[in-house]
Amino acid sequence: MRLWTVLRDSARLMVGVPRYDVYVAHMAERHPGEVVMSYPEFFRNRQDARYGGGASKGISRCC
Amino acid sequence: MTTTLKDHGPFALLGLIGAGALGVIATANGEQVSALWMVLAAVSVHLIAYRYYSRFLAGRVFGLDGGRQTPAHLKNDGLDYVPTNRYVLFGHHFAAIAGAGPLVGPVLAAQMGYLPGMLWILAGVVLAGAVQDFIILFISMRRDGRSLGELIRMEMGNAAGTVALFGAFMIMVIILAVLALIVVRALAESPWGLFTVAATVPLALFMGVYGRYLRPGKIAEVSIIGLIGLVLAIVYGQAIAESAVWGPMFTLTPIQLCWVLIGYGAVASVMPVWLLLAPRDYLSTFLKIGAVLALAIGLIILAPPLKMPALTKFADGSGPVWSGTLFPFLFITIACGAVSGFHALISSGTTPKLIDTETDARFIGYGAMLMESFVAIMALAGASILDPGIYFTMNAPAAVVGTTAESAAAAVTAMGFPIDAATITRTAGEMGEKTIISRTGGAPTLAVAMAEIFSGLFGGLAMKAFWYHFAILFEALFILTAVDAGTRAGRFMLQDLLSLAVPSFKDSTALWPGFVATGLCVSAWGFFLYQGVTDPLGGINTLWPLFGISNQMLAAVALMLGVAVLFKMKKQRFAWVAIVPAAWLVLCTVTAGGLKLFSADPKVGFLSHATKFGDALARGEVLAPAKSLSDMERIVFNDHVDAALCVLFLSVVLAMIFFTVRTCMAALRDGKVTTAETLAVPA
Repeated sequence: MRLWTVLRDSARLMVGVPRYDVYVAHMAERHPGEVVMSYPEFFRNRQDARYGGGASKGISRCC
Repeated sequence: MTTTLKDHGPFALLGLIGAGALGVIATANGEQVSALWMVLAAVSVHLIAYRYYSRFLAGRVFGLDGGRQTPAHLKNDGLDYVPTNRYVLFGHHFAAIAGAGPLVGPVLAAQMGYLPGMLWILAGVVLAGAVQDFIILFISMRRDGRSLGELIRMEMGNAAGTVALFGAFMIMVIILAVLALIVVRALAESPWGLFTVAATVPLALFMGVYGRYLRPGKIAEVSIIGLIGLVLAIVYGQAIAESAVWGPMFTLTPIQLCWVLIGYGAVASVMPVWLLLAPRDYLSTFLKIGAVLALAIGLIILAPPLKMPALTKFADGSGPVWSGTLFPFLFITIACGAVSGFHALISSGTTPKLIDTETDARFIGYGAMLMESFVAIMALAGASILDPGIYFTMNAPAAVVGTTAESAAAAVTAMGFPIDAATITRTAGEMGEKTIISRTGGAPTLAVAMAEIFSGLFGGLAMKAFWYHFAILFEALFILTAVDAGTRAGRFMLQDLLSLAVPSFKDSTALWPGFVATGLCVSAWGFFLYQGVTDPLGGINTLWPLFGISNQMLAAVALMLGVAVLFKMKKQRFAWVAIVPAAWLVLCTVTAGGLKLFSADPKVGFLSHATKFGDALARGEVLAPAKSLSDMERIVFNDHVDAALCVLFLSVVLAMIFFTVRTCMAALRDGKVTTAETLAVPA
């Protein structure tokens, strides 16, 4: 993987957003015919998952 | 033979370099050595430990199996469970574990000189901290990425799980209080600092709306907008601070600031996450990574000399920054950076669900913690490149150094670190602050060090004040993110615990249980924050040891889970890898907890302090630094609360030892492997 891609993906994952293209590919391969979230929907879904849950789900960063 | 040389040769060379660097540092004998030697020694130790010890752990002890499917493949959903490139995941994991802890602890520990702190950071991370992160990641990865509480429940029983969850909640409360206290100490009476931090709230709200509705999901765009906003806030902060109208509005006393923070915590933690928390998290995450990189580059290019002695006379426990002897208190003062129990929550959070192949766990679990330890080494170097006179002026409580440059210069010079009043005033002026005296908590000290380093790289003297406020902003920003996120996390933990008694608390979406739990959580950390802010000895003296004890205790609990799992895997012959660090942490925390309770020295022991003030109160006397009889009553009450907390922490750790021994005995009696691992599925 190219350095730039690694840095970009890592920066996104640091704030809780994994790769959208991987999600779309996953849905196409494993769940054909099911509704695939658009990028804004996907982004909101990930945002709520990162910050909305409990200690184990959300961020619990301190030190 | 040639492969052996190829394989081990570079590491033998590294060993020589590291030993040489350590030798230079240890034998400096009063002469100043370059901070570069410290960095070099640390990097050598880290690389050698990674190559040999983590390989031993991964192979012989855990038996990581690249041919076994990870949760990311087994439960792949493209969202929570996604096989992820190891370098990408390393960045994610490092960003999640690195926070304020590794920056503050080493700065406070520098009062004993840089050598004890440095040796503990290096030995601690190799044998305890990185082992803990790695073993929990391994255990969680083999159990569908479950959380620490669930893992303890699965492997050691329900009672152990509940005790651990309760312990984790109390740790959260103390961490939030101590972090908020650091912000109070950094921003009180500093209009420039307070304005820039306050400006991040409307900035984050705008970023939140932008990222949610205007340009959904454009993380890079919104982060760049935020960064520009931050720079503008710092630049205009100076004018605001000097303005006759705005300056006084942003000049708050510590007590006012304490209430502002409590209010902020309560409101921010019930707001929608996308509005304030998420954009603030972007800023603090990216700023943190950037600042850490810049600090590393600055230290390497400038190679500033270490002005702090390798060992100061305060190793005997008489230091002004915090009280207590080297053993056990150094080992709880530097928590994160050497070993941090909090990481067990991260290693059993999102990371295990994203690992592509099992063997990646070594690089991510052990490797990322080494990186955090490197951050701690840089913080220690930062505190040590400052003139020790400045260091003690900033970190000694006002009760010791007074509030004027003259009194501080006299007091610090009397400690054996000569400094004159003009230097103190000039340094404050260079930083754009009215005073730097008794700015305890570590963050302002590190900010001065970062200002020295960054201005050496870019901008010179003219930019020093800018860089100081940049560093304060960067620290305050991620502490506030932690306060916000921590209050939320604490609320869910509390709801979990309360639901054991009142089942209706289980529903995390219902309105009133959420409000009740949030209120309780904020009141809990707010209580300790208020106590710290009004403590005449600065509060850090009381709260930081409690934080250290609780954080190391959680690490011991996590390592005990590791011991139990190794016994259940029938790998008890390797269980020493977790038993040794767990035993050391138990020894340190129990000794420190015991001293905090029963030490006859009122500066160390809560109970003897309570007795001293209680007796005076009974005689109707007011002891300095209290100003009234009601102050005296409050001091006695606070001492009793702190003592009760120590008892609580000690009980948790003793209970967990009991559960661990019980689990290990049962595992030994059973002839077969008894772990609750998810069934292996070949890749």
